[in-house]
Amino acid sequence: MFPDSKIPEGPIAEKWEKHKFNVKLVNPANKRKYDVIVVGTGLAGASAAASLAELGYNVKAFTFHDSPRRAHSIAAQGGINAAKNYQNDGDSVYRLFYDTVKGGDYRSREANVYRLAQVSVNIIDQCVAQGVPFAREYGGLLANRSFGGAQVSRTFYARGQTGQQLLLGAYSALSRQVAYGKVKLYTRSEMLDLVVVDGQARGIITRNLLTGKIEQHAAHAVVLATGGYGNVFFLSTNAMYCNATAAWRAHKKGAYFANPCFTQIHPTCIPVSGDYQSKLTLMSESLRNDGRVWVPASKETAEKLRNGQINVNDIPEAERDYFLERKYPAFGNLVPRDVASRNAKQMCDEGRGVGSTGLAVYLDFADAIKRNGAEWVSQKYGNLFDMYAKITGENPYERPMRIYPAVHYTMGGLWVDYNLQTTVPGLYATGECNFSDHGANRLGASALMQGLADGYFVIPYTIGDYLAQTAPKPVTTEHPAFQQAQADVEARVQKLMSINGTRTPDDFHKKLGHLMWEYCGMSRNAEGLRYAKAEIQKLRREFWSDLKLVGTENEMNQALEKAGRVADFLELGELMMDDALDRNESCGGHFREEYATEEGEAKRDDDNYAYVAAWQYVADNQPEILNKEELTFENVKLTQRSYK
Amino acid sequence: MAGSNPNAKPMNLTLKVWRQQNRTTQGNIVDYQVKDISPDMSFLEMLDVLNEDLLRRGEEPVAFDHDCREGICGSCNLFINGRAHGPEQGTTTCQLHMRKFSDGDTITIEPWRATAFPVNKDLSVDRSAFDRIIQAGGYISINTGGTPDANEIPIPKDISDRAFEAATCIGCGACVASCKNASAMLFVSAKVSQLALLPQGHVERKTRVENMVAQMDLEGFGACTNIGSCAAECPVGISLENIAILNQEFLAAKATSNNLV
Repeated sequence: MFPDSKIPEGPIAEKWEKHKFNVKLVNPANKRKYDVIVVGTGLAGASAAASLAELGYNVKAFTFHDSPRRAHSIAAQGGINAAKNYQNDGDSVYRLFYDTVKGGDYRSREANVYRLAQVSVNIIDQCVAQGVPFAREYGGLLANRSFGGAQVSRTFYARGQTGQQLLLGAYSALSRQVAYGKVKLYTRSEMLDLVVVDGQARGIITRNLLTGKIEQHAAHAVVLATGGYGNVFFLSTNAMYCNATAAWRAHKKGAYFANPCFTQIHPTCIPVSGDYQSKLTLMSESLRNDGRVWVPASKETAEKLRNGQINVNDIPEAERDYFLERKYPAFGNLVPRDVASRNAKQMCDEGRGVGSTGLAVYLDFADAIKRNGAEWVSQKYGNLFDMYAKITGENPYERPMRIYPAVHYTMGGLWVDYNLQTTVPGLYATGECNFSDHGANRLGASALMQGLADGYFVIPYTIGDYLAQTAPKPVTTEHPAFQQAQADVEARVQKLMSINGTRTPDDFHKKLGHLMWEYCGMSRNAEGLRYAKAEIQKLRREFWSDLKLVGTENEMNQALEKAGRVADFLELGELMMDDALDRNESCGGHFREEYATEEGEAKRDDDNYAYVAAWQYVADNQPEILNKEELTFENVKLTQRSYK
Repeated sequence: MAGSNPNAKPMNLTLKVWRQQNRTTQGNIVDYQVKDISPDMSFLEMLDVLNEDLLRRGEEPVAFDHDCREGICGSCNLFINGRAHGPEQGTTTCQLHMRKFSDGDTITIEPWRATAFPVNKDLSVDRSAFDRIIQAGGYISINTGGTPDANEIPIPKDISDRAFEAATCIGCGACVASCKNASAMLFVSAKVSQLALLPQGHVERKTRVENMVAQMDLEGFGACTNIGSCAAECPVGISLENIAILNQEFLAAKATSNNLV
């Protein structure tokens, strides 16, 4: 039987209020008797660690970075949604809830999303009180902008650096608790295993990345806020260190992994320029407000362009195909991310892509410059244009930008119930690390909202319910489960160090990434998924017999760190293939070529696939068990998305 | 080779790289050759090429800190040809591209040099002193929940914009590395002025500046002698004006404080 998702009874608008009343409380004097481990110090982790410490719990916070401020939340550009309705334009908690469920293509849990919309308003209050310098109007009040998938302006922002400012706010709250001694901070410490004692999460095993020392840490509960797994694709907009290891280790200790194949591919990224490419850079979605997306109308023109026989600015208007405007007259260049990405790929597949690789389309501002002047464009998008020029060496005021889709976010993650608890009692997952709020596609400016909602306003209530039912006895690492987990981690590190093969961790990672992108990327089909699954199994065997590392495990060894992460990606990648194979429908970011409408749009199958696929680990090299959480929609009517 | 610049030729370069096993051993410069470097590579991608090559040959790759490679996380911190983050103005190491160099160049790559930033290994340094300075007071002491509605605190746009400018510091430490005194004044002042400018930060402004400056001194950073190389080399353009604000805040705090120096 599927574990209870613990969605409270009652009308959707009252569930969270009722639940907050019904959860058990830990009395203020007892809170100091409980220890909580928080892994990850991005938005979801720093906010949780600070808030739990403020309540009185003893928190141990872990990051593999040199400082909590480096977490990848910092790179989010666009903004954070909140149902404040400051613009008097018809926004409400219900509308944010509705937009998010619809944007997620009806594959998220209604109750969780409603709560997210409810607490969104508190997040903005909290951040302003912390001194986060959001953009303001001349009257001194907060400014908003609009974002994809919404018809109201509800996005709060701090120029193109919203993630940075929100993270520095959470980091300041965390730093204050470190100063008070309520949070003990462990930097350059990577979680390599979860410790489960008598069926309950009781601690973690970490490796000190400077000394290589393997350490045991015990607590009454563990919160994973370790982000997404987009780097399974090798190239993504994720930071270089982002990885799945903490979540994957927890999965192998009993936490179900939900909807792993739901990944978001962002349409406006700077294209790959060569084999050496280490990561991809996102250009904010806001560019599509004024830029027009096009490719040459014919293959021949595209080919001449790629060979340098003609110049882009010499292509006459009649030979340009503004394909989004042509195919989707109602939304034009502002169709949602998944639709824009798939269409760009289709153009390139037809041989009409641009740039030397043929894997790019144009994003052209010539009309905007003609209409409003270069100065106007610069004021609005100047920092993005500068970034583009820096990376590509081209001037986007003179030539259209080249863009291509790239992996950006993973909607899938550890399965959690309404309390954000995984299937391992005492183990919680927050932020991008869990699966709960974005269904099959995340709307822009909702990732920051979810990370902070979970950390500031959900976990502080729900973890108390669990702790109140746990004896306030000190926890130690005495139990044999700790010794066993440490021995396992040490053996694994030893094994990686002793293979003595010929190929580097990056070599394997690139090959895996290529398989993921080709067969489990923007479009998928059963044949390709089966092929890629077999290839990944082969690659994994090669990894464990031909990996090359140098140095020792008792020092800073970045190649060793990377190898451990790649080993886990090699297992997760296979599960993603299984998940994509199981889901015989197209929804959101998951596009199965066999399941499309006659016009080539995604075709959902609500009768058979309105469920969360929660995968259960059994043993190495054995198929995982698929558990299904049926999704019920009592408040939102399921419709086919159309942007024509 | 690359999409943007089909005529750009690959480069061969000599790298002089600081190698140091750990915090307690002595380091030295080691020469490496890298070949066929595309001008479209980022500086760190060029180092990736070197490291892959070293690893295949059975030599230890060069340790360096990096993460987002978008110029915002503040992890990367290389001292290139005598300048923090290299020759390009207003750029982090990760956003520096090889088209800024020429075929046959020799490039010297060192870690940040400051007593308060000890070397971990090779090019990686320990910047936890910055965290401890923030812990000393770089925050507004409020708990989660119970805060007023965000629009109940109106803030003039120009003040808010100035606070934002100060708040964009990425904590990379280029200011310290560029200063002949290894002073952290630009870093500390950015946070002090962000919070001093905002009404939310007024309540604690005196204790904040006193505590943060005390911690800065304790960490072993040098004094500020108004040279301004910190602001000149800052990859995100944090202004020297912040140091003036810090000095003003510090004096005002000391003049009325019980913690007389």
